[in-house]
Amino acid sequence: MPSSVIEERIEARPNPRQEAAAGVRSARSRSRSTGTWVRGLLGVLLLAAIWELAPRLGLVDSYFFPPLHVVLQTWWEMVRDGEMWKHTRASLIRAGVGFATALVVAIPLGAAVAWYRPVRELLTPSMEFFRNTAALALLPVFTLVLGIGELSKIAIVFYACFFPILLSTIAGVATVDPQLLRSARVLGLSPSATFRKVVFPAAVPTIFTGIRISGAAAILVLIAAEMVGANAGLGFLINYAQYNFLIPKMYAAILTTSLLGLAVNYGLVALEKRFSRWRV
Amino acid sequence: MSSRIELDGVRQTFLVKGEDDKRLREFVALDDLDLTVAAGELVTVVGPSGCGKSTVLDLVAGLSRPTSGEARVDGKVITGPGLDRSVVFQQYTLLPWRTAQANVEFALEARGGLRKAERAELAREYLELVGLTDFANRLPSELSGGMKQRVAIARSLCYEPGVLLMDEPFGALDAQTRERLQEELLEIWRRTGTTIVFITHDIDEAVFLGQRVAVMTGRPGRITETITIDLDRSVAADVDIRASQEFAAYRHRIWSLLRHQAVRPQLKEVRGVA
Repeated sequence: MPSSVIEERIEARPNPRQEAAAGVRSARSRSRSTGTWVRGLLGVLLLAAIWELAPRLGLVDSYFFPPLHVVLQTWWEMVRDGEMWKHTRASLIRAGVGFATALVVAIPLGAAVAWYRPVRELLTPSMEFFRNTAALALLPVFTLVLGIGELSKIAIVFYACFFPILLSTIAGVATVDPQLLRSARVLGLSPSATFRKVVFPAAVPTIFTGIRISGAAAILVLIAAEMVGANAGLGFLINYAQYNFLIPKMYAAILTTSLLGLAVNYGLVALEKRFSRWRV
Repeated sequence: MSSRIELDGVRQTFLVKGEDDKRLREFVALDDLDLTVAAGELVTVVGPSGCGKSTVLDLVAGLSRPTSGEARVDGKVITGPGLDRSVVFQQYTLLPWRTAQANVEFALEARGGLRKAERAELAREYLELVGLTDFANRLPSELSGGMKQRVAIARSLCYEPGVLLMDEPFGALDAQTRERLQEELLEIWRRTGTTIVFITHDIDEAVFLGQRVAVMTGRPGRITETITIDLDRSVAADVDIRASQEFAAYRHRIWSLLRHQAVRPQLKEVRGVA
């Protein structure tokens, strides 16, 4: 079994001719060996054991840092009585709406910016400015203008998601291989067909990089926003639990946030893989 | 289907900027270039790099228009790209996210007027023509260089253009693959009867493929001589035509012509200094 990344990458494999002659395909890139999974699981179990044992052995204060089983118990109770779902749902809707709106606005806009030179020249400087303004720095502004209701939270998620998607779309569209454009031209493809069939598919993997960054940003920014002013949502729950010294509840909410982030990220990575399989 | 190509006194200039003085100048890429390719003929254009071979091809493809003179296909002046002509470039211009089959279908989608099943059927036919039936479902990244170029050829032929333009299509391939593809190309040419203009800097390739070889000079680019190649190609497949005396004679003649040219521009510069 190869032990280093280098060995893994340069491992010998049959070339396409040889594969075809034998009617097989290289197995290298496909299966992750069971060893990988076992080792990964071992790492998680080790972490869980530390969380469980450290408070019990008195290494940390078990009041502020309850053992894992207490947190899990609380978590399970909250799941059963629907409290966890209520807050998770509130967060999911805000994050989802903001994220989806960003997708719908940023991708066409990014494509237009990259496709039409005047649009690019008009918008690039201001885009650079806004991009470098942290979303959370604008939280007071959003609250001031849009109130403390749903809209301000959705807006800040939108803002945080917007720029990664916009910039990756611009990069993806602008860096399409000119040779592909030439061959589309030779085939007499119309500009709109060229965009649909050549430019956009070529840009998808790059766009997805931005989408993945946005997915993480959506949750991050939302939790922070909910901590500042909300009456539901995971960010609110974490803060509320802490104020009321419901420490296991707080950890249960944090754990849910992590799981949510993990799920979103894995989901997007899987989608990304699906759409950029061709890029080796 | 095959078409006739005529290039008549073609001149092509580009606006360039001097490296030192930043002044705009005119760069003459082609000057007074004449070339006629008969319907169904396979003509190779050979010349040193930078002599304007690809510029000629761009003109016929309709990717650019001559500054003066005329380029015609079947008597009609070329004003832009069209499906009566197709191009195989040196770089593999396959869509990397589409399988070999879908890449061929791409050209048929561009042509339009076919149902999905018809496109698939036609694409399979042409993949068979280039011997890639077993690789129809592979992505370009899973194909070797020679296979990719075969897919590109299938894609260019599937909509039955009158002219196939090839811009050093085998330049990036290893010697053995290149020779095999040359033979396959001749076979495809015989079967389809398409007019082919094949651009190369490789003299052997030019002689082997061409019914006629157009020898090009650089700066400004023009065709100095057109040599008709009369080799007996009907011989059995195991006879190496490239090793024959006639082949060597043609090769040497073109080599001398190109050699001669390579020296001339230098002399000109010396005179310019004096």
